[in-house]
Amino acid sequence: MEVVSYMPGCTLKTSGRNFEKSAITLFDILGVTMEELDRWVCCGTTYSLSSDNIMNQLAPVRTLLRAKETGRRELLVLCSMCYNTLRRAQSLVLHDKEKRDKINEFMYREKTTFDGDEIRVVHLLNYLKDSVGFERVAKRVVKKPSDLKIALYYGCMLLRPHEVSVDESSEDPTIMEELFSLCGVTPVYFPFKTECCGSYQTVNQRDMVLSRAERIVGSAAKNGADMIVVSCPLCCHNLDSSQQRVADTVRGFRKIPVMYISQLLALLVGADDAGDYRLHSVDPRPVLKEKGLIG
Amino acid sequence: MIKSARLNSVGVFVCHCGINIASTVDIEEVKRQLAGYPGVEFVKDYQYMCSEPGQLLFKEACRSETVGGVVVASCSPRLHETTFRRAAAEAGMNPYRVEIANIREQCSWVHHDEKEKATIKAVDIIKSVIERSKRNESLSSVSIKTVKKVLVVGAGISGMQAALNIANSGIETYLLDREPSIGGRMAQLSETFPTLDCSQCILTPRMVEVGQNKRITLMTYSEVEEVSGYVGNFKVKVRRKAAYVDWDKCTGCGLCSEKCPKKVPSEFDRSLGRRKAIYSQFPQAVPNKTVIDRESCLYFKTGKCRLCVEACPLGAIDFEQEDRIEEIEVGAIVVATGYDLYEKEKIEEYRIGYCEDVIDGLAFERLLSSSGPTQGRVLRPSDGTVPKEVVFIQCVGSRDPDHHLPYCSRICCMYTAKHAMLYKHRVPDGQPYVFYMDIRSGGKNYEEFVQRTIEEERVLYIRGRVARLYRDGKKVVVVGADTISGKKIEIRADMVVLAMAMRPSGGIGELSKKLKIQVDQNGFLSEAHPKLRPVETLTRGVFLAGCAQAPKDITDTVSQAGAAASMVLELLSNEELTHSPTTAWVDEELCAGCGQCVAQCAYGAIELDTRRKKAHVNDILCQGCGACVAACPSAAVNQRNFSISQYYSMIESIV
Ligand SMILES: Cc1cc2nc3c(=O)[nH]c(=O)nc-3n(C[C@H](O)[C@H](O)[C@H](O)COP(=O)(O)OP(=O)(O)OC[C@H]3O[C@@H](n4cnc5c(N)ncnc54)[C@H](O)[C@@H]3O)c2cc1C
Ligand code: SF4
Repeated sequence: MEVVSYMPGCTLKTSGRNFEKSAITLFDILGVTMEELDRWVCCGTTYSLSSDNIMNQLAPVRTLLRAKETGRRELLVLCSMCYNTLRRAQSLVLHDKEKRDKINEFMYREKTTFDGDEIRVVHLLNYLKDSVGFERVAKRVVKKPSDLKIALYYGCMLLRPHEVSVDESSEDPTIMEELFSLCGVTPVYFPFKTECCGSYQTVNQRDMVLSRAERIVGSAAKNGADMIVVSCPLCCHNLDSSQQRVADTVRGFRKIPVMYISQLLALLVGADDAGDYRLHSVDPRPVLKEKGLIG
Repeated sequence: MIKSARLNSVGVFVCHCGINIASTVDIEEVKRQLAGYPGVEFVKDYQYMCSEPGQLLFKEACRSETVGGVVVASCSPRLHETTFRRAAAEAGMNPYRVEIANIREQCSWVHHDEKEKATIKAVDIIKSVIERSKRNESLSSVSIKTVKKVLVVGAGISGMQAALNIANSGIETYLLDREPSIGGRMAQLSETFPTLDCSQCILTPRMVEVGQNKRITLMTYSEVEEVSGYVGNFKVKVRRKAAYVDWDKCTGCGLCSEKCPKKVPSEFDRSLGRRKAIYSQFPQAVPNKTVIDRESCLYFKTGKCRLCVEACPLGAIDFEQEDRIEEIEVGAIVVATGYDLYEKEKIEEYRIGYCEDVIDGLAFERLLSSSGPTQGRVLRPSDGTVPKEVVFIQCVGSRDPDHHLPYCSRICCMYTAKHAMLYKHRVPDGQPYVFYMDIRSGGKNYEEFVQRTIEEERVLYIRGRVARLYRDGKKVVVVGADTISGKKIEIRADMVVLAMAMRPSGGIGELSKKLKIQVDQNGFLSEAHPKLRPVETLTRGVFLAGCAQAPKDITDTVSQAGAAASMVLELLSNEELTHSPTTAWVDEELCAGCGQCVAQCAYGAIELDTRRKKAHVNDILCQGCGACVAACPSAAVNQRNFSISQYYSMIESIV
């Protein structure tokens, strides 16, 4: 059994539980054990752009130190936000010697230093592509809902800045399309796949986020998607929980369920369910039943 | 005469260059320090050595003084070395005994705030050149007979123009193009800015003129295979590609194309129209001959069909034909290989919007062209309807050093204005929009043309970039910014035209290697000097013209072609060409035959005689760069008047 170190992040322990749970199920079936880091801390939620206050980098760097202590070279991350923050913190430490020294000096109580090149932060999609192999995932697929149409949504955090992008192209990524097509599911034309969901503006500019959800979900619906697949708990929240409000005001708006990558994959490779459906605002069960993915 | 001269004695002239040198370097001090220097017979100074009185002074000294050589301490040898050498020759001194000590560019100009140190440095520079000069030999230049024929590679408007100018001056010219017909891109254009002349109407008479010119031999559907030789005496192997049609018999009647059942997208029509597997590029093609595209031809694929054979009344189809290599000798070569457009697939942020109705500028030219696939009607390629909202995007791929190409493609502002205007003429109730960064319309009557487009044709110009294109039903949504109002803009367009960046033609890399000429960081051919030698390359005898050198419009292309032709004519007006004798030579006693020098020579001037195991330098090809001298582990290669011992004595004199 392969083992991979893994950092869940806060949301995957709370509202994003389905993401973590389904990923563990998926990896089980693929023959990989996800070993949660011992004492991970919050990733900081957004990568700090202030150049003089490097305190903000400590949280991700400490988590990377924990990963180093496992003796493995890779750290698997599911949440797009955590992925982005950790990757960029790692790259900062690697490329900026002055900051690297300062950070390590500050963490003098740690048993070892972090120099930036000890750990590769790997997103679920890249892990499946490069370590497991999409072909191997596809071979495990037992359910073939050929008429299931999905809209694959990347958002921003998986793609920007370009240095951390999970795909060669951060403008027109296709890594998810590649994966799901191999697994027998048809991606729909979805021009808004990289459009920002509104992110944290959901706290103070709810209307703005609603209008984005209307645009993004509306486009998916118009192009015939039965479901939207995401990789970020915040995108999931913004796109899923906004739909009722949009539907109340916009006539003809069709609601579509939003699921994590691993939820759909787990079902395809034979999991019985995709987690706790009460966590979804738009219930995915009708679609899943109709397409034969759950009983 | 200098009969009584001691060959290792020198005279020194120090030039003030007005105040350029004299205000930094203390000339009197320089003279004082050099006065007693071993071998120095005299030191003189003058305000401007290059002026007529300065030259007279110089010649007088060459004639009467008893020196073996002269050192002129002045500006860079690139500027006046020839001037002084010529003067020396007139005064009866061997010109290769004149050396320049550069105390301007390498001293006074760069040290103007450190006068004392500059003076010391000037003295050192001059001393080292004196040492070199003392050891110079008298050399005489090498001369070669020239072949009075010219090869022009690329038969777009630039190649045609150059060929006509040269041939009309009485010189045999080969005009080569890899396509079946001459004409290049201009044959694809509709009307041309700023006058809106119909492109084909002004081009085709030229094509006919070229075709009928007795001194021009057309070599179309051909490529340069190999180039050897040197200025005045190039040997070029030309690959005449198999057309599978005997061109001696073919009259271009077109019956074969009519019968051919296989249709493929036409390159000439930028895939908006289709051609047959046996085709001629366009109706006015010169020569008007057909070719079979082997990749699409059913007979080549399946062994069956041969309908063209039945159709041809002259029995011209010949499936057995093979490529032929033809060898020609020419004295000079003009490279005029033109441009391609940057591939639109590379623009990732637009890719998701791509469909048949998002086209590049050349495709739009084909839509506008009266001989194009729609006979000049602007119709959507997807469904043949008239587009009512058309968005033109400028600078696509240009001026974007982070993602694409750093340079401005120079003509797209102009042709976009032309496109918008012509669209408006064809579809008066349509609305054209132009997204631009800024408008570059430098050129005679160009700004007026753009203003007319904006004001009279009511084209909407929006200053800003387009961030994304996407499809929505039959529309293409253009998402951009208007940086003047600060607003985000979305236009639901029926058609989008991308002004793609211009790039050098594909294959320019290999061609430039064969010709031993250089390309710049963007792949365009490098001129010898950006201002003063704009149509020469650093390889003597090879000239350039048109968009192969940089993006430009037809006016500039034609001017440049004329300039290249006149350089060729100047070169070939000599029966013989002289060549600098400061070439490398091999001391056979020392040469071990390892061949390292051969690999270093960029000009193919050193050969290894494998039987005798000795290297040998071809004086005519050698450009005197010294790479082989540095490469030789046995110190067997030396360069005349740049010998290793000369360098040692130069170094010793200053350290
Ligand atoms: C959309 C568009 C619109 C334009 N409109 C205008 C306009 O209105 N007015 C204006 O002044 N200019 C216009 N131009 C610019 C104009 O097209 C060029 O200035 C002109 O065509 C340049 O001519 P050229 O001979 O240098 O190159 P080309 O026309 O590109 O000719 C080069 C020739 O070399 C051949 N060739 C290339 N490589 C090789 C090789 N390795 N071996 C053998 N042969 C080779 C090609 O087949 C071609 O025939 C426009 C350009 C574009 C893209
Ligand atoms: S000519 Fe105009 S459109 Fe073309 S690259 Fe330059 S600025 Fe942009």
